[in-house]
Amino acid sequence: MLGDVKAAHSAAEEKLVAEFARARGSLPGAAPVGALRDAAFEAFKSAGLPTRRVEAWHYTDLRMAMRDALPVAPAPKADASLKQKLEKLAPRIADLETTRLVLVDGYFVAELSDVTPKGVTVTALSEALAKGDAAFVEALSAPGMGQGDAALALNTAFMQGGVIIDVAAGTHVAQPIEMIALSSEMSAHAVYARSLLRVGKGAQVTLIEREVSTASQIEQRNHALVVSVADEAQVEHVFVPAILKSASTYVASLLAILGAKASFNSFTLVQGGGLLRRQIHMRFDGEHAKGQLAGASVLRNKDHADTTLVVQHVAAHCQSREYFKTVLDGESTGIYQGKVIVAPGAQKTDGAMKSHAILLSDDATMNNKPELEIFADDVVCGHGATVAQLDEDQVFYAMARGLPKPVAESMLLEAFVDEATDRVESEPVRVYLTSLIGQWLSQRGAA
Amino acid sequence: MIEIRNLHAEIDGKKIINGLSLTVNDGEVAAIMGPNGSGKSTLSYVISGRAGYEVTGGEILLNGENILEMNAAERAAKGVFLAFQYPLEIPGVTTMTFLKACLNAQRKSRGEAELTTPDFMKRVKAGAEKLGVPQDMLRRALNVGFSGGEKKRMEVLQMSLLEPTFAILDETDSGLDIDALRIVSEGVNALRDPKRSFLVITHYQRLLDYIVPDTVHVMSKGQIVKTGAKELALELEANGYRDFVGEAA
Repeated sequence: MLGDVKAAHSAAEEKLVAEFARARGSLPGAAPVGALRDAAFEAFKSAGLPTRRVEAWHYTDLRMAMRDALPVAPAPKADASLKQKLEKLAPRIADLETTRLVLVDGYFVAELSDVTPKGVTVTALSEALAKGDAAFVEALSAPGMGQGDAALALNTAFMQGGVIIDVAAGTHVAQPIEMIALSSEMSAHAVYARSLLRVGKGAQVTLIEREVSTASQIEQRNHALVVSVADEAQVEHVFVPAILKSASTYVASLLAILGAKASFNSFTLVQGGGLLRRQIHMRFDGEHAKGQLAGASVLRNKDHADTTLVVQHVAAHCQSREYFKTVLDGESTGIYQGKVIVAPGAQKTDGAMKSHAILLSDDATMNNKPELEIFADDVVCGHGATVAQLDEDQVFYAMARGLPKPVAESMLLEAFVDEATDRVESEPVRVYLTSLIGQWLSQRGAA
Repeated sequence: MIEIRNLHAEIDGKKIINGLSLTVNDGEVAAIMGPNGSGKSTLSYVISGRAGYEVTGGEILLNGENILEMNAAERAAKGVFLAFQYPLEIPGVTTMTFLKACLNAQRKSRGEAELTTPDFMKRVKAGAEKLGVPQDMLRRALNVGFSGGEKKRMEVLQMSLLEPTFAILDETDSGLDIDALRIVSEGVNALRDPKRSFLVITHYQRLLDYIVPDTVHVMSKGQIVKTGAKELALELEANGYRDFVGEAA
């Protein structure tokens, strides 16, 4: 047993092994899916939960954070009152008509969801897995993306809920699709959701993922969205993860594959809540595509938010933009790791990555780690990362004009974060995001 | 009216203001001149309440009320205004948004109703027109990409909207060409009022050709060492500060 360095499993890892054995028979999927789950779980078992020794997880020790592994959430019971609660839990975004898809504990609930427009097909993950169509299984597993990531492997092994959205080629979906993820108020549980957005050639769609947690207990979430953007298709994506109870853990993966002349613009707003890891893999498979990943994180207390990106330029003539802002108060920890890889053939790549953070407290920590790996010789790639405090001169200037200090600071912070939210195409969505940031700011000093 | 009595102030343990006394009456325009390092800008920061300056003695009374315990925002609401030598750029906040927030914060602090948007717009437009501030500047981020002259005009526009009772102009002439100096000075002169007093800080007599002071004070080593009428400025221009500061400036 000399070579077995992972001999000692943590309590949570032991529980996950037991939970997989227990749940395996009831997890959805035909035979090829079962094989996919088993292979993923074996990969997880040999790697264990990610620790600081794993380079990509250097600042987030999931093994330490997960003292326990919670049981997989069962399918929610039909609850007529949810229909009423829905409007209260997730009020409509002002001035924006959307097609709503509702998930409870990761499970797609058709009865709570809107009918989808022409050219858009929605299937529950369980249903799609049961059919086990080979092309679908391959798309869902996004080969070559996030390989070796134990958290993603766990998601593949346990995926229990989620939704498959197919947008037919050439379809311009006028109304954004709004995925609303709710949590039931049951005992502590884990949710492993896996969703897939497949956008056909030349199609256009906006997907907004909004999550609301009403759980009174800690949660363990592991969520993955695969986005496949075919040639000349355009996708706008906004993700607002739920604010979980402290001591909760959340790994939210996004795997995006872009075809030629495709465009993908994704924004994430993190508002803290326990440990949250946002990991995004984006790959340019076709030439002349544009991909933008942007986000803002506003953190306080002991929030821990990790944004880790891997952008792979495989095809030539593509443009990537990464733009992240982080505001940290209290004893919070922020992480930005961005890696842009330009393959040998990916000439004329145009890449720009920026991460800026403001620390509001002496006890907050920001870790910025931008990386470029360039194997082509004719590219323009740059990155910038800053960590600063609020500018005292600016604060004084605003105060000298009559703005009380908290108001002056909020104004400056909002302006700082706005530079990220400005990357969101839709104005009503921008206004919505700004209002959430405003709520966060208004709670400053109120505690 | 503002009365400064035997004021002592320091920053990082370094004494800058050393027993300064000065009174500016309602309607009066007082000029402060002095060599570099005499404490003129520090005085403006101490009066307006900038954090980091420690007042170790004396008092500052605005219309009889000691303002030293108030923060900068509270002093602003009481009527203190500082026109900055180097106005700050505020990226991401449009000039209009900033002006409205400041004006309403002050009104709120004084227990007055906030201005409605149309009412506010009317005031801003009228004020901007008088100072030759184009409308598109009001929609841009405050002071971002503004020229030196535009920034100073924006300071005067803010002053005209906030209607202070005591305004400090800290080297408002620095970085201005003759035309900009004239426009800014006319803006200030238009705000002269029997109920409003000004403290004009400058290195050069030139500004005082445009904003004619009632009194001129010479500052050196953190004190007022000479007070006179407007002619004192001409005398300083001709002979330098050496007669007043004891040693060559």
